[in-house]
Amino acid sequence: MALPLLDARELVKHYGNVEALRGASFTAHAGEVVALVGDNGAGKSTLVKCLSGVARPDSGTILLDGTPVVLDSPVAARALGIETVYQDLAVAPDLDPAANLFLGRELRRGGLLGKLGVLDKREMRRRAVASFHDLGVSLPDVDVPIGALSGGQRQSVAVARSVVWASRLVFMDEPTAALGVVQRERVLDVIRRVRDQGMAVVLISHNMPEVLAVADRVEVLRLGRRVARFDAATTTVEELVGAMTGALSQEDA
Amino acid sequence: MTPRTGLRRRLVGANTLWIAVVLLVLIAVFGALRPDAVLTAFTLQTTLVETSVLLVLSVGMTYVIITAGIDLSVGSVLVFSGVTSAMTMNALHDGNATTAGWGVVLVGLLVALASGAAWGLVNGLLIARTGIPPLIVTLGSFGAALGAGQLISNGSNVAGVPDVLSDTLGTGTWFGVPNLVLLAAAVTAVGALVLGTTAFGRHTYAIGSNEEAARRAGIPVTRHLVRVYLLAGVLAGLAGFMALAYFRVASITGHDTDNLNAIAAVVLGGTSLFGGAGSVVGTVLGVFIPAVLRKGFVIVGVNVYWQPIAVALVLVAAVWLDQSRRRARDKR
Repeated sequence: MALPLLDARELVKHYGNVEALRGASFTAHAGEVVALVGDNGAGKSTLVKCLSGVARPDSGTILLDGTPVVLDSPVAARALGIETVYQDLAVAPDLDPAANLFLGRELRRGGLLGKLGVLDKREMRRRAVASFHDLGVSLPDVDVPIGALSGGQRQSVAVARSVVWASRLVFMDEPTAALGVVQRERVLDVIRRVRDQGMAVVLISHNMPEVLAVADRVEVLRLGRRVARFDAATTTVEELVGAMTGALSQEDA
Repeated sequence: MTPRTGLRRRLVGANTLWIAVVLLVLIAVFGALRPDAVLTAFTLQTTLVETSVLLVLSVGMTYVIITAGIDLSVGSVLVFSGVTSAMTMNALHDGNATTAGWGVVLVGLLVALASGAAWGLVNGLLIARTGIPPLIVTLGSFGAALGAGQLISNGSNVAGVPDVLSDTLGTGTWFGVPNLVLLAAAVTAVGALVLGTTAFGRHTYAIGSNEEAARRAGIPVTRHLVRVYLLAGVLAGLAGFMALAYFRVASITGHDTDNLNAIAAVVLGGTSLFGGAGSVVGTVLGVFIPAVLRKGFVIVGVNVYWQPIAVALVLVAAVWLDQSRRRARDKR
């Protein structure tokens, strides 16, 4: 197989006396959806934090396209084309969808006004509306604070924000958790579309049927280590659960 | 959907419109009761002059409160800056600056701004770097700045303000508009534009709305918070200089409740104490509601001690409205 896009090896992360990651490894290839599953406390969220620059591992290496990288902040990760949809969404509820989409990357006006920091709100709104349209995100109103939208709509904006800016890899931590059936399908569609553009999507989910429906591969974490890797097409929910609970393990994972 | 309808809806949805209605109703009621005394140029002029200093403080306070912070120190920083400025000007002119020229005045202005900036920097660094709540940090600097001002001035007012300053900025006018009011209006306009149209303003809202989201979005939250408190400090320094020019003395007393008046004005103007929402335009309205009430009560002959009670009622109602609006929104 080709060189992995992201190759994390033997990551260790302590929080005080708690060992959240005990030599966890993880691999993602360009153009695939890889699901990261595991029971509560298996270290999924910690692993994603380490790989998206929110937390720094105590030891281990992270290779991007075969080159070791240091992800010491979300900004550093984003500069490398890595975006994250956080489980708690991390949107600003008082700002409108366009402002959230461009949060921290606001477009300035041209010329002197731009040098003074004046925003090009019209252009940001136009691009945001176009992006939402492209991604099939339907919002009743793009001029209200995002807090006035439903949970699903808020989530759609959070997903759209990461997808719009990512160039290589998107982490999605439980992106469908708050969604109804229709919106869940929309998000899964977006995930497939992003993969088809050649990016890697890492999906963290508790929903095993959903994982098998959308993922190409599945990696299983247990007690801070990778314990199994599966090809989604030939795997059953029972096998995944077995690996998550420790009933089944692959020595070479 | 055109931007115009969006704007109109935002206006109707915002507290600002309702505060503007309240202010207009107040003026209309007082005007109807005493049309001869209320709707005069003189009443307008004195009301504007009396609110200029508070307005400048409140513009800085608006930024602070939008970040979900608070600054209790502004009144004390105003006093401190006035004292350091007046004493510097006196020292530069043989102990009494009354007859000093513009050079001395300019130095005095810079000292006032630098004094305010210093306290703002202390506030901002402590709040942004140590995580001590803004309420506690600025409660500390509220006491410390006043104490420092009293120490430097030996606890008494500092006289000797240059006449050239008092006669121009203090009591001078330009086409009938007091210079003090013009300066306050200019500060307010710049404050409103920066907040409403620039990345600095956008980041101020974002931090107040969800600090963690702002941090993860790559906004330099720590640096930005320091700058916001620095801005509030500098504006308090400028307000100190304005008060000095107007009253011809750097006064130690009379500013104990400036902080609360500024907070009340900001909150009355529809800025949320929970952060993330608000505007300088609202703050302007919020500054004028207590001022109009006081002026109106005096003119129509109501006991002026009713004024704080009336302001309190409007204030509590405004916050209650804001809270119930947010609760209704977040329930979805």
